[in-house]
Amino acid sequence: MNGIKQVRSRTVVMPIDDIDTDQIIPARFLTTTTKTGLGKSLFTDWRYHPDGTTRDDFVLNSPDAEGAAVLVAGRNFGCGSSREHAPWALLDFGIRAVISTEIADIFRNNALKNGLLPVIVGADDHRWLVEHPGIEVTVDLETQSVVLPGGRRIGFPIDGFSRYCLLHGLDQLGFLLENEPAIRAFEQRLI
Amino acid sequence: MAARTLFAKVWDAHIVSPESDARPAILYVDLHLIHEVTSPQAFAELRARALSVRRPDLCLATLDHSTPTVPIASLKDLAVVSEPAAAKQVLQMEQNCRDFGIELRSFGSGERGIVHVIGPELGATQPGKTIVCGDSHTSTHGAFGALAFGIGTTEVGHVLATQCLLQRKPRTLAVILTGTLSAGVTAKDVILKIIGTIGVAGGNGHVIEYRGSTVAGLTMEERMTICNMSIEAGARAGMIGPDDVTYEYVAGRPLAPRGSAWDDALERWRALGTDAEAKFDQSVSIDVSRLKPMVTFGTNPGMVVAIDESVPAGDDPAFRKALAYMQVDAGKPLKDKLVDVVFIGSCTNGRISDLRQAAEILRGRRVAKHVRLLVVPGSQQVKRAAEAEGIDEIVKAAGGEWRESGCSMCIGMNGDTAGRGQLSVSTSNRNFEGRQGSGARTILASPLTAAASAVTGKVTDPRELMGSSRRV
Repeated sequence: MNGIKQVRSRTVVMPIDDIDTDQIIPARFLTTTTKTGLGKSLFTDWRYHPDGTTRDDFVLNSPDAEGAAVLVAGRNFGCGSSREHAPWALLDFGIRAVISTEIADIFRNNALKNGLLPVIVGADDHRWLVEHPGIEVTVDLETQSVVLPGGRRIGFPIDGFSRYCLLHGLDQLGFLLENEPAIRAFEQRLI
Repeated sequence: MAARTLFAKVWDAHIVSPESDARPAILYVDLHLIHEVTSPQAFAELRARALSVRRPDLCLATLDHSTPTVPIASLKDLAVVSEPAAAKQVLQMEQNCRDFGIELRSFGSGERGIVHVIGPELGATQPGKTIVCGDSHTSTHGAFGALAFGIGTTEVGHVLATQCLLQRKPRTLAVILTGTLSAGVTAKDVILKIIGTIGVAGGNGHVIEYRGSTVAGLTMEERMTICNMSIEAGARAGMIGPDDVTYEYVAGRPLAPRGSAWDDALERWRALGTDAEAKFDQSVSIDVSRLKPMVTFGTNPGMVVAIDESVPAGDDPAFRKALAYMQVDAGKPLKDKLVDVVFIGSCTNGRISDLRQAAEILRGRRVAKHVRLLVVPGSQQVKRAAEAEGIDEIVKAAGGEWRESGCSMCIGMNGDTAGRGQLSVSTSNRNFEGRQGSGARTILASPLTAAASAVTGKVTDPRELMGSSRRV
């Protein structure tokens, strides 16, 4: 994985609370055995009519959303199943950061493992972002802040270890494997 | 040592290296449950890095999510009854388990079933263990006093390769339940009430411990139903302190300790319960003595009312969107809404006691003409036990379909789905939009409510079909 320092993009806003992983990527697309190609099925049932035609009233289908890499979503984004296909689908579609007031635990973990930035902001800042869709922002991982037009910064918390791994493109399995002696010692205590 | 919660005791006992500001704890995993949907990419990662599975002996692998529930004699039949991508996934799982030396409870093993049903059934699920799986309903196993939670596929790879996970310590939430359940009110109604009370994000960042006099009086299968849906309140894990009910359930199962190992285990398990002086980060109390059968009206499990209550009103866009999707009206009850499909099964309510409850309602009755009833045992063992009691005959005589085990219409991944616009009363765990099929509408309920609704063809209070003094 390449290191990530920042994501600079227009925002696309979906101000719906509790967007679950079944909406992000419905279960019928989980029969895949690879991580790639899920972007075309992202939010399928919200993006398309049953006959396969595009729903013009869905925000990701608007011309303004074209190329947007920062999704501003309602509270508790990514609740529901543990499917890592959800961040895979978002990334494959081109989303690099999700901003919300709360992001569900398993989704947040999965996002961090794949370089999708989960950004938690306060209710007032979130409301401002929702009311200003399409603005150009920079999600800066180094300073842990969202930089707004005009230079105002909104800080966000992120697990320090995950941040370090993302900035340097380090993979967490490599870190675990380096701890093999400690794991072996633990196992020997169990016997 | 300071007083500790059940969670803290299990957590502490599995720390390979403690957490600091700079890095999370390395947590050792005692049992890794694996299924065909969330593991293929993890095995691919192992192959790409030339890694082996560290402890194949600590894996319990089966096929459940994308497997068909119509009978097949062997894998060769899979291509006939299954969707091609789903069949390929099952065959890939066979290959992965073969290549990495993991025993697979496959077709024909007699032990195949939903991973959260077979873990307890085989005795692999035990108090004090850390248990993970690439599935959010892993919280089920917390009913035994295990710390059990769902993980993503990258983490499945971590556990396969190292038997460990990098984890930050979660906070604790005590849910204290008091009162005795009335006839016709079940563990499913209790957990729906809890989620309705604390909300679908109420448990985020927390491990729940269910406590109180009500919990002590529940069977293991009832406790599993409650812990199973902890994730629907946002909590990755839900736990219940082990007691004699737990030990009695585990004793004698194929993978349970035996002889002196059993005595040693029992001594350890008896020390696991939360100490009297231990503190939780948060606490909520719920009296269940006047609880009624619960039904969901919206598109998440927190949108729930008692069966005789009206659907509430709300201004939030997500709330209005949910009511429009469900085609329900604020101010009106769900009761008597026409039902198209009834699904009885899943890791929430697919165990033998659930099927017995459904059978109590279905016995000597017929399913309404316009309703499709699908009954899917949680495992092949549950299926055999139910058949030995004649439950299959009751279901079939009522006009219902009796199937092989699997996740089936809970997730709709291989053929078993509800149609667009159809209303399903389901004993599963998620009523998200399209969960049971694109455009399908789901009402979550207990097996009693589901079976009663199948019989009348409309959303029904099961107590109307039960003798007033009968306790199911």
